[in-house]
Amino acid sequence: MTAFWQLVARDLAIAWREGGAIGITLGFYLIVVAMLPLGLGPDLNLLSRIAPGVLWVALLLAALLSLGRLFETDYEDGSLEVLATGPLPLEAVAAAKSLAHWITTGVPLTVLAPVVGLLLNLPPEGYGVLVATMLAGTPAISFIGAIGAALTLRARRGGVLLALLMLPLFVPTLTFGISSVGAALLGTEAFAPSFMILVAISLASIVLAPLAAAAALRFQLQ
Amino acid sequence: MDLGPHAVYIWASYAVVAVVLAVLIGWLVFDGRRQQRLIDELEARGVRRRSSRGTEAH
Amino acid sequence: MAMQTLTQRFANPTRFMALAARLLPWASALAAALIAVGLYMAFFTAPPDYQQGHTAKIMYVHVPAAWLSMFIYALIAASSFGLLVFRHPLADVSAKAAAPIGAVFTFLCLVTGSLWGKPMWGAFWAWDPRLTSVLILFFLYLGLIALRSSIEDEQLAGNLTAILAVVGIVILPIIRFSVDWNSIHQQPSVSRIGMPAIHPSILWPLLVMAVGMTVLFAALHLKAMRNEILRRRLKTLRMAEVQTASGLAQPAE
Repeated sequence: MTAFWQLVARDLAIAWREGGAIGITLGFYLIVVAMLPLGLGPDLNLLSRIAPGVLWVALLLAALLSLGRLFETDYEDGSLEVLATGPLPLEAVAAAKSLAHWITTGVPLTVLAPVVGLLLNLPPEGYGVLVATMLAGTPAISFIGAIGAALTLRARRGGVLLALLMLPLFVPTLTFGISSVGAALLGTEAFAPSFMILVAISLASIVLAPLAAAAALRFQLQ
Repeated sequence: MDLGPHAVYIWASYAVVAVVLAVLIGWLVFDGRRQQRLIDELEARGVRRRSSRGTEAH
Repeated sequence: MAMQTLTQRFANPTRFMALAARLLPWASALAAALIAVGLYMAFFTAPPDYQQGHTAKIMYVHVPAAWLSMFIYALIAASSFGLLVFRHPLADVSAKAAAPIGAVFTFLCLVTGSLWGKPMWGAFWAWDPRLTSVLILFFLYLGLIALRSSIEDEQLAGNLTAILAVVGIVILPIIRFSVDWNSIHQQPSVSRIGMPAIHPSILWPLLVMAVGMTVLFAALHLKAMRNEILRRRLKTLRMAEVQTASGLAQPAE
């Protein structure tokens, strides 16, 4: 188990040193969300109705930015091969890197989201729910995203290809994330089941996605 | 044949299906002939697959 | 088991080529006959729908296309499984050949659905759960094709595309579930194209068209697989030519 946490800690340390990467992701998130009122006009009622959707979609796009590089640097300098032949099974390697990605991307975006929600006039009762659903849903994004990162590791035009591959796979997380927030804002009882399903999707992806990511990595390393 | 007020949508649907499938079939036939022609050219020049000498590497 | 001996019989590419060559004319003829009969029934014997009039005739191409879009994806997933688990020699050929054809039928499903929607709903598109999930299925097909074409190593491309196909089919029911959920809980009233009560005079043309299109797909798939096998042979020949031309000895294996 310690090898697992060592790998997570190492990735976190690298991310901390390259602070710029987190900053760019957060900045991108802010800019994408800010574009909406610029494009749609300042009608606050309209903005508050679409706020949950916009905040979630922009989160996906921002997370996609950094997912492409999940395995890239390690692959290029050979450390991925070392990790593959090391004591940790490749599935655990993939899980560790997904976890590190969640901590360095998913969590900061979740923290920033309510602040950005102000720009979209998110109703006051929506802030807590927004953070809760994003905390529940961003692990799915990091773990499922690792599959895409592993598949597109050596592909041409990897970044755009990753988005094309991932967006269909993110649909369940997106749908239940948005419907949870929407249900809470409307005060219907649909919040609890939506939220539960969202959590279930994240938990399932934490367990299953590393299997697929590791399988892809094995082929890439041959 | 009178297909009612929305006939244009009915004809359009069937037309799209017919055209697209015709193009698909045409492409498959054309591509098959092209591959076979290229293979025949190479074999006429005396190139042989390794499999015709020994076991196929599949 | 019948399926195993079938796939075993097809395992040798050369034998497959011979078998496919014999099957193709029959499959094509059968498909043409079934579709002709189906079209005749659709236009001359099927009654107009009680609510939708003749517009419901679009169903006779839309529903078979929808069925095929899902069936072909399942076939690709099964082929991918065959590649990853059994290393079946023709599994990758099958998956590669099927993907563009599946994308075409999915596209046809979307277009005919859209053309059906305009007179029925008044709009060319609606985020109806079924159309939405077909749209996402279309993206999955595009992803398969794009991933394969972005990797130069043929074997690696086949393996990675297979993983994507298997991941896709696992997530597909969840996507469908989430889209259904979304439509029920987001909108106060769900609009649906009411499927007419399946009267035999409507059901039979539908079945004939569905079976006819499926046989057509089988013929297209066989043909596409043959083309792919030819393409791989061509590549091997070209490499052999380069090797002998540059004086390289045949590698002793």
